[in-house]
Amino acid sequence: MTPFTHLISVAVPIPGPNMDTDQIIPARYLSRARDVGFADGLFRDLRYAEDGAEKPGFILNREPYRNGKIVVGERNFACGSSREHAVWALLDYGVRAVLAPSFGDIFYTNSLKNGLLPIRLPGAVIGTLLERLLREAGDIDIDLPSQQARLPDGSVHDFDIDPYSKHCLLNGLDDIDYTLSQLGPIEAFEQRYGRENS
Amino acid sequence: MDHAEPRTLFDKIWSRHKVIERDDGQTLLYVDRNFVHDGLGPAFDFLKERNFLVRVPARTFAVPDHYVPTDGRDVAGFAAAENRAMVEQLARNTEAAGIEMFGVTDPRHGIVHIIGPEQGISQPGMVITCGDSHTSTHGALGALAFGIGATEVSHVLASQTIWQRKPHSMRITVEGELGFGVTAKDVILAIIARIGAAGATGHVIEYAGSAIAGLSMEGRLTLCNMSIEAGARAGMVAPDETTFAYLKGRPYAPKGAEWDEAVCRWRALRTDEGARFDHEVTLDAADIAPMVTWGISPQDAAPVTGIVPDPANEPDAERREGIEKALAYMGLAPTTKLADIAIDRVFIGSCTNSRIEDLRAASAVTRGRRVAEGLVAWVVPGSGLIKAQAESEGLDRIFIEAGFSWREAGCSMCLGTNGEIVAPGQRCASTSNRNFIGRQGPGARTHLMSPAMAAAAAITGRLTDVRTMMVPA
Repeated sequence: MTPFTHLISVAVPIPGPNMDTDQIIPARYLSRARDVGFADGLFRDLRYAEDGAEKPGFILNREPYRNGKIVVGERNFACGSSREHAVWALLDYGVRAVLAPSFGDIFYTNSLKNGLLPIRLPGAVIGTLLERLLREAGDIDIDLPSQQARLPDGSVHDFDIDPYSKHCLLNGLDDIDYTLSQLGPIEAFEQRYGRENS
Repeated sequence: MDHAEPRTLFDKIWSRHKVIERDDGQTLLYVDRNFVHDGLGPAFDFLKERNFLVRVPARTFAVPDHYVPTDGRDVAGFAAAENRAMVEQLARNTEAAGIEMFGVTDPRHGIVHIIGPEQGISQPGMVITCGDSHTSTHGALGALAFGIGATEVSHVLASQTIWQRKPHSMRITVEGELGFGVTAKDVILAIIARIGAAGATGHVIEYAGSAIAGLSMEGRLTLCNMSIEAGARAGMVAPDETTFAYLKGRPYAPKGAEWDEAVCRWRALRTDEGARFDHEVTLDAADIAPMVTWGISPQDAAPVTGIVPDPANEPDAERREGIEKALAYMGLAPTTKLADIAIDRVFIGSCTNSRIEDLRAASAVTRGRRVAEGLVAWVVPGSGLIKAQAESEGLDRIFIEAGFSWREAGCSMCLGTNGEIVAPGQRCASTSNRNFIGRQGPGARTHLMSPAMAAAAAITGRLTDVRTMMVPA
């Protein structure tokens, strides 16, 4: 996966709690191979009318948001279906980080496995941020090594990330190689536990 | 080992599966059972790209369900090439890896979360994964079962393990007796309405209390299935005599002396007296009525005797906007009686509610009645075996004579990946698990409810309190 270290970009506000992964990418896009890409399916039914015309009211159809790399969402962002395509659609569009008060658990994990940085900030901070972003465009500056995000009002916020996931993101590593370097403990467990039966 | 500290059921399963525990809070858990379906091609592609082999093929089971049309069983005859490709790809991938697959024409074929328990593959005390959020279903057997993404699926296939941070614990206790016409579906909708769609995010739920103990295995599967709709990582019910009676004699369950040993081990899978949960929620069974959803999240659920909420009466700005958005999408006016809402379609099916007990409940309401004029109503059994069982009981005749379409097993109209969708603007009474915007098709409007409630809606053509159509036992 592509490493993540530092990112500055216009922030794209996506208001509304419980923005589920069906809305991030509808089910009819899920049969594609990964290498075909999912950018055109991102927020499809919010972004386009039935005839394929852009909906002018949707934020990603307006400047300067079209090239936004940071999304700001509300509580329980990307809840619902485990479809990893939600992460792939955001990445393929160019998004590398999402800020929200909370995320669907499966999406959160899927993001970290693919180089999309999910950042949890307090509800009040995100609320104020969204209000501002819906009034005027603004940039967010994210620094992963120091685990800090600078918001358009100049405020700087620390964020949490699991140290191992941070290491993988900074170096663009996925964890299968690491796990398979730990075959000793896995084999020992299987000896004790029974390889085929529990 | 000495466990002086009282432990939860979840603690016990978690600690038994620890392979590596790191200082940074990450634990490598061993996976007993992994399920794959026809939407997980990317997980196999990833393995191929990296030249990884499947470590323990005997611990993974496969079934195509998401892309299988339910109007026939002939893969070559699938109208959409895309559906055919997804199903054939799964067959190729699993055959190459030596993974057992229940193919479309296998009589045991069905929805992955139906057939795992039905075949006895999912058992108490196991860690179970699948690249699908409704994997929480299998927790009904007293297992730790959770949905994962495609990249994690490839990790499980390659290593038979998964990295996890230990989730928090929550116990939801439902005490008392469920009222007439009230089912497990109503219980879980009432729970989600109470705690919210993110109410259990980061938690594993254990369902407890006399009302839960009184549920059949089918009911517990429905309950645990929708744990994810409250945001939970997993949901579980401690195994008991109901669980053992359900599993005994199932094809993949232990046999003979092994069965006796297994039951002995499973009896210890209970939360110890005095064990502490991070959160506790309590509901009174007697307060739960047949539920329907009116909005665009499973938390937007209310007793069928209620009304559509009025945003004007909602003091909280965020919630007010949420109600306004939901009513605009759903095409509903505030304060409309829920029982006055007319519907266009009925879907009885999905991993939530397509088991034999669900079909019996729906057929009992349907018997001797007719589906309302102009309404399209489907029954999609959860597996080939459920379909055969229902036919041996004559349930198919009841549905067909009433005007329902009686179909083959699959996920079908729950999410429409197989092309079976609800038309834009149409309103569907559905026994599935998600009423999200566009879930059943672009512009489709979904009302979630129990199978008996969906059957009642099919007959009257509007959301209906099924209790008015049932004969008390």
